[in-house]
Amino acid sequence: MAELQQILDETGALVGEVPDLSDERLTELFQHMLMIRSLDGRMLKLQRAGRVGFVGTATGLEASLVGAAAPLLPQDWMWSGLREGGAAITRGLPMSEYVAQMYCNSNDTAKGRQMCNHFQHKESNYPSWSSVIGTQITHGVGAAYASARRGDDAVHSIHFGDGASSSNGFHSGMNLAGVWQAPCVFVCIDNGWAISVKSSEQTAAESYSDKAEAYGMPGVTVDGNDVLAVYVAMKTAVERARAEGGPSLVVLKTYRMLGHSSSDDPSKYREDAEVEAWAQRDPLDRYESFLIARGLIDANERSVQEEAIVAEIDEVIHEQEAAPPFPLRSLVEDVYSEVPRHLRLQFNQFLEVAERRGDATPGDGAFPL
Amino acid sequence: MRTLTLLQAVNDALHTKMREDERVTVFGEDVGPKGGVFLATEGLTQEFGKQRCFDTPLSEDGIVGAAVGMAVNGLLPVCEIQFQDFIFPAFDQIVSEAAKLRYRSGGQYTAPMVIRTPYGGGIRGGLYHSQSGEAYFAHTPGLKVVIPSTPHDAKGLLIAAIEDPDPVLFLEPKALYRSVKGEVPEGRYSIDLSTVRTVREGSDVTVFCYGAMVPVCEKAAAKAAEGGIETHVMDLRTLLPLDEEAVLDAARRTGRVVVVHEAPRFCGYGAEISALIAENAIEYMEAPVRRVTGFDTPFPNTLEHHYMPDERRVLDAIEGVASF
Repeated sequence: MAELQQILDETGALVGEVPDLSDERLTELFQHMLMIRSLDGRMLKLQRAGRVGFVGTATGLEASLVGAAAPLLPQDWMWSGLREGGAAITRGLPMSEYVAQMYCNSNDTAKGRQMCNHFQHKESNYPSWSSVIGTQITHGVGAAYASARRGDDAVHSIHFGDGASSSNGFHSGMNLAGVWQAPCVFVCIDNGWAISVKSSEQTAAESYSDKAEAYGMPGVTVDGNDVLAVYVAMKTAVERARAEGGPSLVVLKTYRMLGHSSSDDPSKYREDAEVEAWAQRDPLDRYESFLIARGLIDANERSVQEEAIVAEIDEVIHEQEAAPPFPLRSLVEDVYSEVPRHLRLQFNQFLEVAERRGDATPGDGAFPL
Repeated sequence: MRTLTLLQAVNDALHTKMREDERVTVFGEDVGPKGGVFLATEGLTQEFGKQRCFDTPLSEDGIVGAAVGMAVNGLLPVCEIQFQDFIFPAFDQIVSEAAKLRYRSGGQYTAPMVIRTPYGGGIRGGLYHSQSGEAYFAHTPGLKVVIPSTPHDAKGLLIAAIEDPDPVLFLEPKALYRSVKGEVPEGRYSIDLSTVRTVREGSDVTVFCYGAMVPVCEKAAAKAAEGGIETHVMDLRTLLPLDEEAVLDAARRTGRVVVVHEAPRFCGYGAEISALIAENAIEYMEAPVRRVTGFDTPFPNTLEHHYMPDERRVLDAIEGVASF
């Protein structure tokens, strides 16, 4: 079974070598982790208040998200699923766009078409993803192949959960990337649970990283609650891919502290004792202890930072509350590059009914045919 | 008689058949201890054990492919696809394997199995938790496609599906899971597949619908009656094989037809109903058939309530064909 790579132990004590990062960067990683946890807290509150429909949290996964995104360069791409939105913020997704997407309002760059928690950010190479599990894996591989062909020096970081390792996309994607030596990194975030299915019931392999061998690439298992270990493992894999050394699989062992989503009650299928044991390995507490011991922050810093982050989030929420939904016309736009005649007809007929029945929205004029 | 929700009726059907027949085996993603994301399989693992109701790895293709193998070898698999939107990795196993096995083997091998899956909009699930894909499957010879709209039908049709010698895709309208309640008998009973249900009698206009559109059409029919139009509402409930004679009788009865579904219009199930009537009953028609459907677009999120046919759009069509 693969050895667990660690730099900080569960108490935050150093058991490996600290990567070559400036003090500012080391502290920034902590701020990013705090930001992700604070965002989860705020979004869950909004969900309970009925302001947003659905939240897929990253609480417990902060080190896996921040550590994995940190070694990426601006030209690199992140292909993701449900829980990587916070990592995207660290790479440039504006908080306002994140919150607008949660509201699915008229500031949402996806025009309110996706359900909540489905982020994208074209400027930082973070493509739109679907709720279907594992489909982004082959997309990332194809895009990596294109990067190699086009010589754009980009590495593609492909994120997915333990559940997705059972999907067709995982097997096809790993196989193609191995054959093509595509410049990508497979980041399997093994957070213990695929909704209610234990990660140990997802595979009979002793370790998820063992799967790499069958596809002709290296695989490592990393303590996903240790941001420094995640950073180092990812940096190695990203540099290898960039240097035309081929793909690799990085498995981050972590734990989803909350339900699969705001719609899930995990107490139905897992023991409190297990959750409690993982709370003792909290990625923020661990890294905070390290930073304090290193003299980079003091014991008050966390609450000061948290307050500032929450204030920033609340300001963004306030702005986004005021945005209206998209106009009715957007029902038929973006299906094709131009709205075809049959969709213009369907929309106009719909509008006629709405006007006759008295619930058309101002500004939703009929299309010229 | 006791009253159950549609979701409880599905659960009751599974309990009933599992008690009666030890070959019945339920599996899929999160159907075990959690009881499914909608709780349709709640209590099954607890009552029947992990051998008979269990979680699988996250692989729809694996779930349906394995169900075919189980069915070939003496079990009665009732597998769940968590959302119909996630069924497409299994499309090959459904369309190429389960549906064609009897035919390609000259009847030597068969796959008596049920694939249960929630479909349809109305829960703010966006484009991957809301789709109505019945037309893809209704175009597949060898498969049966069933959609209940009441708790009573959900139990009786699911039991019939489990007892059927051929593969059945059982689409459950998730918008109705908890919003409709009705009387459901205890114990085993079944409703013949390929039968329709008359929801409401009327002599002016006939409305064909199924699944979550049935209550919408009932409301529209009640409104139409206030304006003096008597609407005959028919729940098709088994899309394949369809009770064509019942459809044609209902169409001839009024000569004015509206077909309603939430799936997109182009090549949707309504097109088949329209063609059936055009081919066999056009001489009875007093007005063109009208379809009220979703748009020919992916399923939206924020604007889903505009996308889905609602009472006023159905009423508009009823009045339109009535006054043609």
